[in-house]
Amino acid sequence: MAVLSTNAAPAVVWSRHQIAAAIAIAAVVLTSLQYAGMLPSWLHRLPEAWIPPFAGWLDAFFNFVKDDLGLIVFTRFLTEQLQFLLDTTANLLFGKRRWPNIGPIPWSAIAATMAVVGYYLGGWRMALLAGGTFVWTALIGQWTIAMETMSVLIVAAPMAFVIGLLLGIAAWKSTMVDRIIRPVLSVLQTLPFFTYLLPAVIFFKVGPTAGAVATIIYAIPPMILMTTLGLQKVSPEVVEAGKMSGCTRWQMLRHVYIPAARTEILVGVNQVIMLCLAMVVLTAFIGMPGLGAKLLAMMGSFKLGRSFEIGVTIVLLAVTLDRMSKAWVVKMPEHFERGTPWWQRHKTLVLATAAFVGFTVLAYFVTWFSEIGRTQSWSKGKEMDVAIKAFLALDGVQYVTDQIRYVLNVWVLNPFRDFLLSIPTFAFVLFVVAFSLALAGRRPAILAGVFFGLVALSGWWDRSVITLYSVISAVTMALIIGLPIGILAARSDRWSRRVLLACDTAQTFPSFIYLIPAIMLFGITATSVVMSILIFAMVPLVRYTVEGLRGVPPEMTEAADMSGATKMQKLINVQLPLALPTMAVGFNQAIMFAFFMVIIAAFIGTQDLGQELQRTLAGTDMGKNFVLGICVSLMALTFDMTIMKWAADKKRMLGLP
Amino acid sequence: MKMMTTALTAGVLAITPFAVLAEDSSDPIVIPIHNWSSQIVMSNVVGQILEEQGNAVEYVTTDSQAVYESVRLGDVTMELEVWEGAFGASFRAAMEKGGIVDVGDHDAVTREDWWYPMWTKEACPGLPSWEALNDCAAIFATPETGDKGRYLDGPVDWLKHGQERVEALGMDFVVVNAGSAAALWAEIGAAEADKTPIVVFNWTPNFAEAVWPGEFVEFPAWVDGCDKDPAVGPNPDALYDCGNPADGYLKKAAWEGMEAKWPSAYALLEKVNFTNPQIAEMARLVDVDELEPDEAAAEWLDANRDVWEAWIN
Repeated sequence: MAVLSTNAAPAVVWSRHQIAAAIAIAAVVLTSLQYAGMLPSWLHRLPEAWIPPFAGWLDAFFNFVKDDLGLIVFTRFLTEQLQFLLDTTANLLFGKRRWPNIGPIPWSAIAATMAVVGYYLGGWRMALLAGGTFVWTALIGQWTIAMETMSVLIVAAPMAFVIGLLLGIAAWKSTMVDRIIRPVLSVLQTLPFFTYLLPAVIFFKVGPTAGAVATIIYAIPPMILMTTLGLQKVSPEVVEAGKMSGCTRWQMLRHVYIPAARTEILVGVNQVIMLCLAMVVLTAFIGMPGLGAKLLAMMGSFKLGRSFEIGVTIVLLAVTLDRMSKAWVVKMPEHFERGTPWWQRHKTLVLATAAFVGFTVLAYFVTWFSEIGRTQSWSKGKEMDVAIKAFLALDGVQYVTDQIRYVLNVWVLNPFRDFLLSIPTFAFVLFVVAFSLALAGRRPAILAGVFFGLVALSGWWDRSVITLYSVISAVTMALIIGLPIGILAARSDRWSRRVLLACDTAQTFPSFIYLIPAIMLFGITATSVVMSILIFAMVPLVRYTVEGLRGVPPEMTEAADMSGATKMQKLINVQLPLALPTMAVGFNQAIMFAFFMVIIAAFIGTQDLGQELQRTLAGTDMGKNFVLGICVSLMALTFDMTIMKWAADKKRMLGLP
Repeated sequence: MKMMTTALTAGVLAITPFAVLAEDSSDPIVIPIHNWSSQIVMSNVVGQILEEQGNAVEYVTTDSQAVYESVRLGDVTMELEVWEGAFGASFRAAMEKGGIVDVGDHDAVTREDWWYPMWTKEACPGLPSWEALNDCAAIFATPETGDKGRYLDGPVDWLKHGQERVEALGMDFVVVNAGSAAALWAEIGAAEADKTPIVVFNWTPNFAEAVWPGEFVEFPAWVDGCDKDPAVGPNPDALYDCGNPADGYLKKAAWEGMEAKWPSAYALLEKVNFTNPQIAEMARLVDVDELEPDEAAAEWLDANRDVWEAWIN
């Protein structure tokens, strides 16, 4: 493991960890000098004059591309095409007055068709879930807004799929494309979503078109990765069989590679759908109507119950689409005997058509089946508001939250923030480099230094540190709470399943709903910010802990049992060490989620990058928006790179797959 | 597709009996919708009147600051609520760049300033004077602010200068910025539970008046130049030592090309004029009665026929 230092003197051979320690000590010395008041101020914070006007340069560049190269003419042309597609689905689903002017399709027809498709994919339970979701949406009075969201989703998801698939194939065919695409993908996956939104608005016009574009871009990366992965895994025997039967290159791809990589590609489809749904809600910030916009409006007028109901609809839609697409992954193509009649081979199609036509006709005669007004809805929003307020007014609740708020804010969070801010910039970068070097090695360490150096040069250092502080605090607390939950749940099958279901739900619940209860409990303070991130960051931690522990080879645990280890000994000496690499992946995801959520937490009131990003959204300040986004991305990438490298090394050492 | 819609709309236009001098274009008039209810209902009210006149109308949800750029470019046709305090700067910036026109003011006035819900007055009877507020600063203290009071200001990007005012008037308050309007409501809602005294940034017309009755804090009255000339106002060395104007304008704005493209709709827009009680009523229909915005607009139009029918002729 020891890496030779590049020092020319052969006598001194420092191990990686020693170098890391030396760097950390240098950082400590710098910090103490700062405390003693002996550090020159330019070492504490970069002087304004040293900061290059990145935002200005980027603005100039964007304007050049936009106006002088005429990109905007091209994108506005694309906008028109996209607008046509969106108008068509909008007409069909909620009756926007556009071609083909035949919508809206009655809600009952859609619900019935979905139920039939659900039955085909996963039996009665799936049928109930799919049909039930749409019936709930209609009964609760959210049909139109849900369809506004769906009308964008069913355009964006297929487009993200096609673009992702094509890029994935290209990356698999040519190493050069792969090399170019990979770093771009990493950045895209860590870039805060506010950074996608502004360019989308500028180039693709405010409204559904910009929403669709932002959604597509957000959903493409996993599709590319899964496609490439699937194609690379195709076994040579299959390829040879294809070659022997004299396939052309196109036939090879169409009939050999893609069918063989079916599972991975469909997992990619599942990811695309989930990301699209997550993003399509967030695009409410740039004027995309639908569930997200309604949710924002409800939160803006302090209607907790109604916001919660919209959240439930979103979760139900997400779970339905997720389960259906996963069922599709597992379902193998059916084969029929020669001579099976047409209607039997296409039973689902026949049934679905029958249900669709049947309910459409029914809706023609009974209006209840075509439209349910808000007045007939079953919404219990007001009652929920009353209940929530009553709960908050309970003395016990108030006492507990006041104590938590006091202890966390006054004793933990604010001092920690002030401490991080007191570290000189240069020393901070050294700490990060030392951390990266100790865990992952020289290459990640150098990149970490470059990344944080760039953040320092961006001129947004203090805000970046505050962002990082929220992330670190939240992830640490998520560890303290999430690990025990994960370890306990991993003990039994039943609890594992339950906890994983809770994780799924927490993850698909639109993140900004957490903000209001957090504020009501803990006020507009750092505690609220950390708590709302915490819920989100705990999900991957718990999930990967459960999966890591349950993935420990049974031979190992049996060996521990035979040598008479107690439960605790087995956990500490056998299971945890073996599960650690998987848990590290969860830890890494937790950090990524925290970086995502900290930006949304700007809605509570923070002094971090998210607050500034939110501010740029209201203007046309694309350069600044981009600089801020990149700052977040660079910090997230540093952690991502370091932890993933560490986990991979560790796995190899342990001989795990 | 375009031909088809044109043909269709032309057909609709042909059978709608109305008399105008110049024909309005059959392209839809795009009305922006923002994230507060009075604006949404008002947009629906005007939209429904326009539809009744035979215009095609479309609503698009946009950011309330970015909308002026969209109006300028013609992506959006009009804006019905330009608040002096909140959007005056964005509006003026767009005016300078060109492409947007001022279509006159509503009778309604707007005000935005430090505000407290009524229960606060029980703990601090001297209100609404700002000196009295400062004397009871301690009752507004939170664990994080020590013995100073906490004033909850609007989001940083609303540029309300709460911090500057606290310094200019030497007040014992710490300014905390909420991240969104929703965060402000959540704090008031939480304070309501046990009637904790609270002082926050608020504005009128607003739905909050209907939910939580309250008053504005009376600061030294606004004098022109208070934000530019330190000599103006009680503190000779500081800016922002006055309250905000108590009667800010509420304007209508439109895209420059609107008058030529939809002349009769533009003529109507010039006449559109709402008062504070009318706007509060619109907000109430949605925020308290829980109607959908379009239903609320229809209801309002029904109840106030005399108001808007005068604008048509």
